[in-house]
Amino acid sequence: MDYYERTAEVSRLYEYQGKKILREAGICVPEGEVVSTPEEARDVAERLGRPVVLKIQVWVTGRAGLGGIEFADSPQEAEEKARKLLGKKIKNYEVEKVLVEEKLAIRSEYFAGLVIDDAQKSPLMIFSSVGGTGIEEIAQAHPEKVAQIPVDIFKGLRDYEARNLLRRTGISGKLLLKISDALTKLYKVARQYDARSAEINPMVLTENGEVYATDCHIAIDDYAVFRHPELGIEIAREFDRPPSELEKIAYRVEEKDHRGTFYFLQMTDEILKEDRCIGFNGAGGGGSMMSMDAVLNMGFQLANYCDTSGNPSASKVYRAAKIILSQPNIKGYFASGSGVASQEQYHSARGLVKAFYEEKLDIPGVIRLGGNYEEKAIEILAAYLKDIPSEVEGYGRDDSPEFCARRMKELIDKNGSISHEIRPISDPEVSEDAYVFETSTGRIAIDQSRCVSCASKGCVDACAPEILKLVDDKPVLAVTEEDARKGKCTECLACEIFCQFHEQNAIYIHLPIPGLMEYRDRMIERTSGIRQPEKENK
Amino acid sequence: MAILVDEKSRVVVQGITGREGMVRTRLMKDYGTHVVAGVTPGKGGGEVFGVPVYDTVEEAWEKCGPIDISVIFVPAALVKNAALEAIDAGVKFLTIVPDRVPIFDVLEVARLAKDRGAVFVGPNTLGLVSPGKAVLGMIGGRAERAREWFRPGEIGVSSRSGGMTSAISYYLTEAGLGQSTIIHVGGDAVVGLSHPEVMELFEKDEQTRLVAMFGEIGTTQEERVADLIEEGKFTKPLIAYVGGKAAKSGTRFSHAGAIVEGTRGSYKSKVQRLKDVGVHVVESISEIPKVALELKESIRR
Repeated sequence: MDYYERTAEVSRLYEYQGKKILREAGICVPEGEVVSTPEEARDVAERLGRPVVLKIQVWVTGRAGLGGIEFADSPQEAEEKARKLLGKKIKNYEVEKVLVEEKLAIRSEYFAGLVIDDAQKSPLMIFSSVGGTGIEEIAQAHPEKVAQIPVDIFKGLRDYEARNLLRRTGISGKLLLKISDALTKLYKVARQYDARSAEINPMVLTENGEVYATDCHIAIDDYAVFRHPELGIEIAREFDRPPSELEKIAYRVEEKDHRGTFYFLQMTDEILKEDRCIGFNGAGGGGSMMSMDAVLNMGFQLANYCDTSGNPSASKVYRAAKIILSQPNIKGYFASGSGVASQEQYHSARGLVKAFYEEKLDIPGVIRLGGNYEEKAIEILAAYLKDIPSEVEGYGRDDSPEFCARRMKELIDKNGSISHEIRPISDPEVSEDAYVFETSTGRIAIDQSRCVSCASKGCVDACAPEILKLVDDKPVLAVTEEDARKGKCTECLACEIFCQFHEQNAIYIHLPIPGLMEYRDRMIERTSGIRQPEKENK
Repeated sequence: MAILVDEKSRVVVQGITGREGMVRTRLMKDYGTHVVAGVTPGKGGGEVFGVPVYDTVEEAWEKCGPIDISVIFVPAALVKNAALEAIDAGVKFLTIVPDRVPIFDVLEVARLAKDRGAVFVGPNTLGLVSPGKAVLGMIGGRAERAREWFRPGEIGVSSRSGGMTSAISYYLTEAGLGQSTIIHVGGDAVVGLSHPEVMELFEKDEQTRLVAMFGEIGTTQEERVADLIEEGKFTKPLIAYVGGKAAKSGTRFSHAGAIVEGTRGSYKSKVQRLKDVGVHVVESISEIPKVALELKESIRR
C-alpha cells in the first residue's frame, strides 16, 4: 500500500458492478452473472448454453497472468473451474466472487477511458485503437493510435466529437459509428455516477461485428458517494484491496463523528515481531506526508497511515490512538503534523493521554504537537504520562520531524525494541448510583459518592464549554441532557483527566468503538494462541 | 502589492450565519479584511458581527456596492451553486474553503469561471493571507495568531498542504523573513488556482522577490511549474519541497491517468524536473528559511 491515493480519493467498483452500469447505459457487455459458489457457476453456464469465461472479482491487475481467468466449454467444466478459483488466494486476497460470462469471439481490442485532467480542469476522453493488457506501454510505443479530447462539462461529449476523436486513431466506417456511440454513453455513465475514472479495457470488436465492453474499471469520486446510495459503497475510499477489519472499524468512527478528519489505512499486512514498524498518527495531509518521510528515512516501516486533523475532538484522537494501538508488534507511536496547526493542540494531547493511560502504553511515543497552545499540549503529555511503563516525549513547532524521528529511533533502541502487545478491552464498570449523561458519541459517568472527598471541585473549572455546575457540592450538568448529547459537551476530556490525576478518579468517559473489543480479542487469540485472562482496568 | 487580496478588497462571506462562517468572519474582520456583506439565503436582513446579511450575492452587490471577493463556507453539497451564484453576480475571485466537494461540481465551477474571467482558490483550502493587509478563509485560526505567525515581506508562499502553508510561513517569520502573500492552493486533485497559476501571479507582483512552494506527489502541478520556468514565464528564485518521497510509486488509480500523465506525478519526476530548471529543491522544511536567506543576499548583490 502507499498513500498515493490521498490525492485520488475514489471508490472502486468491481468489474461486475461496473458492467451492470454500462449495460444499463446501453453499452454491450457479455451476458453473464456473478457467482459465489461452483454450483451457481454451473447454473449460469447452463443457462447461457455456450462456452464461458470465468473471471475472479478481485482488485488486481493482470488477472490472467495470476491464474485468475479460466475458460469452460460445458456447465460441468464451469463448475470445476469455479471451484478452483473460489477461495483461491491472489496477492493475499481471497476470491469470493467469480464472474461467469459468455465467451466472445474477438477480432480486435481497443481502449476507451475517461479521466479528469487536473491541468485543464476538465474531463478527458481517451481512445486507443490498440488495447488490452499493458496499455500504458502500447500507448507509448504507438502514440499515433492514441487520441484524447477534453469534454465540455456543460455540453457533454457530442457524437461528432467522439467521431473526430476516433478518426484520429485510424477508426473508420461502420465501426466508427458503433464505437462513438459507446464513447458518448461511457461519458454519460461517468457523469451520472460521478466517476473520477471510467475505463473499458479492452473494448472489443467481435467476429460478428459488434462492439463490447469485456472489462471495465470504474472509480467513483469519494466526495460524491453520498449522491449514489444505489451503489452500496460501504467505505467511500479507494483501496487497492478490500478494506481490513480494523479499517472498517475506523471508518465507522469517522462516519458517525464529523468533527475533523479521521483517516486510517493499514500499510503493512501482518506485522511480525522482527519488523521495525511504527504506529503513525499524522495531522493534515502535507504534514503527515513530510512526517512519514522522516520516519521512513530512519529505516522504519509504517504499520499504518492515520490523519487526525481539521480540529478533531479529543474523543476522536482518543479513538484513533486506540485503533492504532490495536496493531500488535509495533515498536513505537509517532504523532506529527505540519508543526504549526491552527487548532488548539491540547485537545489532541488529552485524547492521547486518555488512550495511552488506559492502554498502559508499553512502547515509546514521540508526539509532535506544534501549533496553537502547543506549550499546554506538551505540558499535558508530560504531566499525565509519567506513570505509564514507556516514555512519551512531546515536541512543538520548533522541533523538526527529522529530529523527532531520530528521537523515536533512540527511544526504541534504548528500550531494546519492545514489541507492542495489544490489550483486551472491556466495558467499564459504572457504579449504579453514578450520575450519568450522554455525549454526542459516548457517555460520562460521575461517581458522586467520591466527590465528598474532593476539595477542589476542579472538574467544573476544567470544563471548557462550561456545562458543569455544582449542586450540593457535586458536579451536575448546567445544560439540559439533550443539549449535552447534541454537542454542548464537546468531549474535551478535561474533566475526566483532572479528576483522575488531581482528585478522586470519580469521572469516567466511556467512548465506545464498535467492534474493537471483539477485534482485539480475536487478534490476541491469533497472536498468542492462548486467551489472556487479564482484562483492562479502567 | 501582494496578490489576490489586500486591505482594500471588498469581501462577501457566503454562508456567514453558519458555525464556520461566523467564526471565520470574526477572524477576517479582526485581522483587517474588508468584509462588506454576508449571504445566507433565507436569513437576509440580519447581521453577523456588524456585517449585514443578504439573501443573495446579487442583492449584496446592489446594496453594498461592487464585490471583489467571495469567501465560501457552505456545506460541500451546496458549494457548486454558491460559487456559480457568486460568479454569475460578477465576483471575480472566490475562496472556496469547504472540503469534500464533488469533483464534477468543481469542474462546473471552473468552466463558468473561465467563461467569466473569474478565478478561485480551493476547494479544501485554509485560504490565503497577505500579511498586514487581509486574510481570507481560516488560515491562522485567530487574528492575533495570524499577526504573530505571518509578517509582511517579499517571499511568496504557495502550498498544497494547509498545515504546511502556516508552518513554512511561520519558520520564515522566525528567521526574520516576511511574506508577500501566503496561499494554500487546496488539497484536492482539481483546484482553481494551482501552483503554476499562483507562480504566474507572483511573477507579476512587485512585492514578491522569491517564492517558496510546498509540493506533493500526485497531479502535474509541480511539473507544470517547471514548464513555466522553462518557457521563461516564471523568472523569480523558487525554493521547493516535495512531500511523499518515501511513498512507494506505482499505485495509479487508472490506466488512462497514466497515459495522460506518463511518469509525471511521482516524487522523482517532480524533483528531477524542478532541479533541471534551476529550482532550489530542499529535503527538509527547515532548510527553506536558510536557502531563502542565502537567495535574498544574492538578489541584493
